[in-house]
Formats: sequence, C-alpha cells, structure tokens
Amino acid sequence: MKRFLGFVKKEFLHIFRDYRTMIILFGIPAAQILLFGFVVRTDLQNARIAFLDLSKDELTLKISDKICSSGFFTREANLMSYKDVDKALRGNRIKAVVIFEENFSRKLTGEGKAAISIITDGSEPNMATLTTNYITAIVTDFNSEAVGTAAAGALLVQPEVSMFYNPSLKSQFMFVPGVITLIMILICALMTSITITREKEFGTMEVLLVSPLKPVQIVLGKVIPYFILSVVDVILILVLSWLVFGLPVRGSLALLLAEAMLYILMSLSLGILISTVARTMQQAIFISLVGMMLPTILLSGFIFPIENMPEVYGWISAILPPRYFIVIIKDIMIKGTGFLYVWKETLILVLFTLVFIGLAIRNFKIRLQ
Amino acid sequence: MIPNTVISVHNLVKRFGNFIANDHLNFEVYEGEIFGFLGTNGAGKTTAIRILSGLSEPTSGEVLVAGFNARKQPEKIKKSIGYMCQKFSLYEDLTVRENIMLYGGIYGMRKKEIRARTNSLLAKLHFEEYGDRLISSLPLGLRQKLAFSVAVLHEPRIVFLDEPTGGVDPITRRQFWEMIYETAAGGITVFVTTHYMDEAEYCDRISIMSEGRIVALDTPAGLKKQYHADSVEEVFIKIARPGKN
Repeated sequence: MKRFLGFVKKEFLHIFRDYRTMIILFGIPAAQILLFGFVVRTDLQNARIAFLDLSKDELTLKISDKICSSGFFTREANLMSYKDVDKALRGNRIKAVVIFEENFSRKLTGEGKAAISIITDGSEPNMATLTTNYITAIVTDFNSEAVGTAAAGALLVQPEVSMFYNPSLKSQFMFVPGVITLIMILICALMTSITITREKEFGTMEVLLVSPLKPVQIVLGKVIPYFILSVVDVILILVLSWLVFGLPVRGSLALLLAEAMLYILMSLSLGILISTVARTMQQAIFISLVGMMLPTILLSGFIFPIENMPEVYGWISAILPPRYFIVIIKDIMIKGTGFLYVWKETLILVLFTLVFIGLAIRNFKIRLQ
Repeated sequence: MIPNTVISVHNLVKRFGNFIANDHLNFEVYEGEIFGFLGTNGAGKTTAIRILSGLSEPTSGEVLVAGFNARKQPEKIKKSIGYMCQKFSLYEDLTVRENIMLYGGIYGMRKKEIRARTNSLLAKLHFEEYGDRLISSLPLGLRQKLAFSVAVLHEPRIVFLDEPTGGVDPITRRQFWEMIYETAAGGITVFVTTHYMDEAEYCDRISIMSEGRIVALDTPAGLKKQYHADSVEEVFIKIARPGKN
C-alpha cells in the first residue's frame, strides 16, 4: 500500500508541475462555461428587426410596440415599401422584417382577421426559427388580450404554449449540463490516455512494469489523481454556473455527484482503453479528440437534438456514452427528477464502464505476452 | 571454489506464433560477475531479458533468477532485481530526490532508509547541489549515472542494464563502467547488453546471440583465442557474418 501511495503522489506532482495540464484541468472548464453561457446563446436578446407598416393605425402601433418592449427585439428601422425589405435583410444587421398589411385595423374589426407577415433571414435557420416563434408568440398574446378586453362573443381557440422547467428558455440551462459532459470526457479520456502513453514513450513504463508494482496498481495510481481532480472540476463548474447564471440543481445533489462519478469512471476506463491501443501521445490525442470530442459535441444531443437527426446518426449516437449522461444530468439538474427516472441510463453507463475495463485488460495482457 | 549461481537457464524457448525468438538457450550467471549479453538487433536479447526480469513468460524451459522460478514466481523475481533500460528511466519533471524517493518507495524501502541512502549517494557522486533540481535540468551523462544508482538503490541481487550507455559521451561511459565495477565488487551481479565492443571487453564473461541462439559464451580472452581474433569486435563479426570469412 505504501508503495502505491508514493506512486499516486508522484502522479499528482506530474499534474501540478505541468502548467498545460493545469490549464486543461481548470482553465478550460471555466472558460467553456463562461463562453457557452455568455457568447453562444440560442435565446434571443435585443435582436434587431425592422417594420414595414403599410397601414400605420392604432392597432399596428400597439402590436409593434409590444414586440419591441418584450426585451427580445429592438426596432432597427421603419421601412417604407416592399422594395426595402430585401435591402434591409441583406445588411445582415436586421434579423427579421415584420409587415402589417394595408388597412389592418379595419380588416380586423370588419372581417375578423388581418395579416401580419414575418420575413426572416433563412441563411441563419436557427435564428430565423427563433425569431418567428417569438414574434408569433407575442402576437398571439396580443390577440388573446384583445379578445379578453373586447369581450367579443366569438370563441377563439388559442393554443397556449408554455415551457416547463426552463420557462424563460435560458440557453445556459442547456449548455451547462452539456459542458460538464464534454469536459469530463475530455479530461478523463484524453488526459489519462496521454499520461499512460507518455510513460510508454519515455520508457518509464518498462521500469515500472519490472518493479514490484502490479500492473493494476500502476494503472490505478495513474488514474486516481485524475478521478479526484475531475470530481473537483464538476463541483467547480456547478458552483460557477450557479454564481454566474443562477443555475440551480433542482434534484438531489448527492445523486448528481454520484452519477457524475460514474460518468468520470466510465471516461477514465475509456482513457485506459485508448492508452492500450495508442503507442504514442499523438495517437492518444488523435483518438481522444477525433474519436470522442467531435462525436460528443455533434451527436450526443448536446447542441443538436437527437430526434431531428437522420436515423443513421441516431444509431451512432446510441453507442456514445455522453448521450446518456446528458439525459441524466439534465433530468436531475433541471427537472429535479430522482433515480427512478434515470436508472436505465445509469445502467447503460455501468455497462459501458465494464466493457471498456474488460477490453483494456484484454489488450494489456496481449501486449505483455 | 564453485561460484554461486544467480541465474540459471535450461532449454529456454520463447515462441511468438511461428516465430522462435529464443531457441533453447542454456547458460548460467554467477554471483558478482559482469555478464555481457551481445547480439545483433533482433537476435532475441530483449526477449530473453524480459523473461529473466519476470515481464514475459517462457514458452518452455526452466528459468531460475535469484532462486525463483520465472514462470511461477515473477513477483518475487521483480523484488530481487534492478533494471535500467536504454530509454531514459527517471522522471524529468521530478527532482533528483523525488525520483529517488519514488523508486525507493516502489521497492518497499522505508523513508528514513531512502533519505540516508540518498544523502550518501549524492555525496559519492558529488551531486549534493543537484538534489533539489529537476532531472530535466541535468546533462544526459549525469542522468544516466543517476538512473544506474537508482536501479541499484534497493541493493538487488542482480541488475539488468539494457544498453545503458547509448548516446553517452566516452568520458561518461568510462565513469559509468567504473560504477558498474564498483557495484559488481559489492556483490551485485550485473547483466548488461551493449552494442559497444570495447565495453564487451570489460565484462567477466560474454555470450553472443544470433538468430535466437547463443552461439558463443566464454571470457573475452577465451573467445579471442577460440576464434583467432585480436578483439571481441573481430569475434563478433566472425560470428554474426560467418559467410564473409
């Protein structure tokens, strides 16, 4: 045991002495959280829009005021004719143009309906969808208010949309769980595979294998420091996102940490597996980054919903462990659900861990033959 | 006087699929001697060393190292040997003392003992001022000498040196061999592979491997006589390329 502790201590020294490792461990998570939280946003804030009001009556003014006072939009310009629409959108500053048809109020009171068209910039599909949805919601809202006050006998069936769990549609709610998922796989899989292949490259692994340390002890000794630091990292990210974005953990914190530890364990065993395949640090980095990071960002449901993917990508996504952890962490953090709702995903992560450890042991034995 | 045998190998065979890396090796190494293990690249030296140090299992044959069976007791062998390989074996981002503490600890030495041993070692090598320096700041020659000292820190019965002087300047090589002599005089058996034929002359006995077999084994003087050669280098060339003579 004492042999082992000395070995673990040495691994901590490696980590603390290498500023690059420290940056990856603590700098990147903090930077990612702030970056994704502040810069990469999928919610609207002060999006610039223009109006083409062809009737300029009381109602259209009310509606456009309502749109602009919502906080989501600012009035960038008032257009004079249809010709200006294209020019406005080409300028790239204006995200959408709202057009009120001629004789808007008269048509609404007389015929009971009037048209508003929303023209968006389709070259930014996400933005376009968001803008349309937000403006539609505001107009619908205006409709129902108008019906309420006027008490017109007409029964209007209005779809009422409300967002549970994240009523203000804060994008940090989506990104913080994603960043934790991504960072953990980065630190655990990448760093452990690098640190083990480094010993191979420098020839120190041979010396360790010849020593009385058992191979299991060598691997554990290299992995334990990363496990501890990763748990510290998760706590750091949670505290940071709570302080900066007010992101709560609605479910049990203990359950969240336990699931995070399971996920860390899974990533570490993946890192060990990579290190049994890679001969050099470069190979390890390549496998970890291209094999894990990219699929995690693109296919785990972190940014793009799995439901919207072509079927094939859905299958690939099914063999990516982060996909399941994202579900777990979102459920616990944002919906506040308990273990009963995430046991399936938890079981899948346990299975992944066992498979990775099993494969790693097999590869290691073959190499020693 | 019959010398004590610390390594005895009988009919050692190591097979990788159809490839025979070690083909019926037979030899003994005696306590306190410097045993040179020569051979061209790919002759099977590394495979043999891995088996002797408990890293790899023999396919068949009887291998005893420090009295332990290589097949059944590799863990016990590992505790009684030291090892230094051609690639450098100390951690560059740790200090001299930290490296010594680490390896001493791995071999189960007590902290007090390691500290005492470290101080006397640094004094002997005139290294005192380097104790708290990172290995990466030391010149290669110093590192290599230090790596050797660390490999014998726990006073093993045998130390395996796999091309220990690769890439080292002639003066350091000479100093290195002085350390090897001193170690052997202290009763630790030295098992060394090398590509430098002048180093082979320093060994008590040498064996030469070719294509998985030991083709010659004797004292340097004995071999030179047997092959009518003036140096071990000449012997080596005659053995490695017999057709050319």
